[in-house]
Amino acid sequence: MPQATPSNTRARVQAIVADLKHMPGALLPILHQVRDSLGHIPTEAVPVIAEGLQITRAEVHGVISFYHDFNTQPIGNHRVQICRAEACQARGSRALEEHARKRLGIDYHQTTPDGEFTLEPVYCLGNCATGPSVRIGNHIHGRVGATRFDAILDDAITVPLDPEPLTEGDA
Amino acid sequence: MTRVYVPRDTTAVSLGADDVARVLSKTADAQGADITLVRNGSRGLFWLETLVEVDTDAGRVAYGPVLPEDVPSLIESGMLEGGAGHALYLGPTEEIPYLKHQQRLTFARAGITDPVSIDDYRAHGGFNGLITALASTSQQIVDEVKTSGLRGRGGAAFPAGIKWQTVLDANPQSEHSRYSGQKFIVCNADEGDSGTFADRLVMEADPYLLIEGMTIAGLAVGAETGYIYLRSEYPLAQMVMNDAIARAKAAGYLGDNVLKSGKAFHLEVRLGAGAYICGEETSLLDSLEGKRGQVRVKPPLPALKGAFGQPTAVNNVLTLAAIPYILAEGGQAYADYGQGRSLGTLPFQLAGNIERGGVVELAFGITLRELLEGYGGGSASGRPMRAVQVGGPLGAYMPESQWDTPLDYEAFADVGAVVGHGGIVVFDDSVDMLEQARFAMEFCAVESCGKCTPCRIGSTRGVEVIDRIRDNQDRDANLVLLHDLCDTLEDGSLCAMGGMTPNPVRSALQFFPDDFARTTPSTTTEES
Repeated sequence: MPQATPSNTRARVQAIVADLKHMPGALLPILHQVRDSLGHIPTEAVPVIAEGLQITRAEVHGVISFYHDFNTQPIGNHRVQICRAEACQARGSRALEEHARKRLGIDYHQTTPDGEFTLEPVYCLGNCATGPSVRIGNHIHGRVGATRFDAILDDAITVPLDPEPLTEGDA
Repeated sequence: MTRVYVPRDTTAVSLGADDVARVLSKTADAQGADITLVRNGSRGLFWLETLVEVDTDAGRVAYGPVLPEDVPSLIESGMLEGGAGHALYLGPTEEIPYLKHQQRLTFARAGITDPVSIDDYRAHGGFNGLITALASTSQQIVDEVKTSGLRGRGGAAFPAGIKWQTVLDANPQSEHSRYSGQKFIVCNADEGDSGTFADRLVMEADPYLLIEGMTIAGLAVGAETGYIYLRSEYPLAQMVMNDAIARAKAAGYLGDNVLKSGKAFHLEVRLGAGAYICGEETSLLDSLEGKRGQVRVKPPLPALKGAFGQPTAVNNVLTLAAIPYILAEGGQAYADYGQGRSLGTLPFQLAGNIERGGVVELAFGITLRELLEGYGGGSASGRPMRAVQVGGPLGAYMPESQWDTPLDYEAFADVGAVVGHGGIVVFDDSVDMLEQARFAMEFCAVESCGKCTPCRIGSTRGVEVIDRIRDNQDRDANLVLLHDLCDTLEDGSLCAMGGMTPNPVRSALQFFPDDFARTTPSTTTEES
């Protein structure tokens, strides 16, 4: 992935805004798109979006800060979400949370030092008959105990395919 | 050629259905078996997932729960011919008692069809309601819904026909608005209540049902645009819905000229961003408009001033999904199910610590105990069931003494509980009800939109008060304080988030007082 510099971030956000700003209620679709393509919503995106939609920067910031999905800092390669809601609690999610914290050595809203995993809570994945449930990326896993949790994480770890370091031209 | 079905819904996939499908294809190929693999929606018998079905001359035969490693032995035992020689053989799918005794009106097609196949949908009675609606006036459609007795399935249980009448009668002209003249249909698909997954299953297993229901709603109230406000926690539902909408458009069921009737209806999925409060209808509308999802003061009702300031029918997925049956079979046919003022069916959702979790669609009136024991088979852990939370995180925890209450909006209200969206979460006797009460407050603190002080701040104070009770600090005084705080939340909040968070807290206090009386190590405990 190309290094995100302030100038190309601006250009990418501008392109997204231009593409979506004609939708009624365009701000959420724009923020989703920005987050999906940049991995987070950087500070420098705020004035670009505000200008494009003819609203204040405060309004844009207010919306970003309201929703759990819109992270303003980069996260790890994998967003690991553990369902904390009642149906999963009834199946042992509280113990799973403890295990996850220990295994990853981090708490919620933190990223492992190797940049692989960011741990987040989620309140219901709609998989309530077969909890505890865990989401990694767009994959939802059911009946996740400690052993299965470890296996899912081991599977997800990003392994470089080529042992040779990439040259600049490859990036 | 044998048709073999492997579900593609979130729960089946979360238990390995994609791997089952892959192994099945590979193994069948290697053996030269001529199969067509269909990725159907789920039947909603989630404890049996992955539930593999095989078409035979005598109907569909089921096997489950299937793991990828079971596939070779299943095929060897004659699964592809519907053979009964394997331990996972369940017999004809329709004869499985859990399914056989249900009254499936909304979920009639779920798991039977390929969710995105319009041909399948039509072959199983799909779009008959829309065809009736296109031949009716708006008022006739609204009257049919009134006759059905259908009430809002999202939790508030407001009569759907009355809401639609209000939108139909509303004047959409508004000065200085680019939306003047328009009305909207908004589907609330922000199914955030823990223990509920029926909306998700409609969207993943039978998406055209929702498309048809929304199109009929548009014809009923005079709206040409619909939005499905879908939670971002449902990536698979998003994919299936978008696929189905594109196909419906291409086939002429959506667009400027629905089935060449001259009537237009456009439909779009909008994604939420992880905020429970956006399941509250006014908060949802603000979010749809691109704002913080904060609750609005009512009046004006959304029916008069809803999305973008225009008359809007906001309905839950299950409400809209009940509409095609009502139009196709008549409102009275729907009203023949149920009892009292709770008419029709509700897809109950058995969740949490339950042996046989899944969707059980039945007429109102069945008791909670029949669902828990007859369908659910008791707890999954094998330990005694102790507390059951019905209606999501804002619903009361019900002790065994209340389990003979019939599932009926009024009967539940009489015992201080709510039916809500029909989610039923079971806890066994290892549950600590003080922790559950604390979680209710904590959840409210995390998810409050912040508009009302009792909800925004009271919830945080609630967590602190419960912590003090747990730590045995001035227990009696803090219990009084907790009751007072619940009164303040209930009386001083605009919406159900703050107003109903006391439900789980008070019911835990009332029915499980022992959990609040335990002495835990604390500053006031003497050393032994």
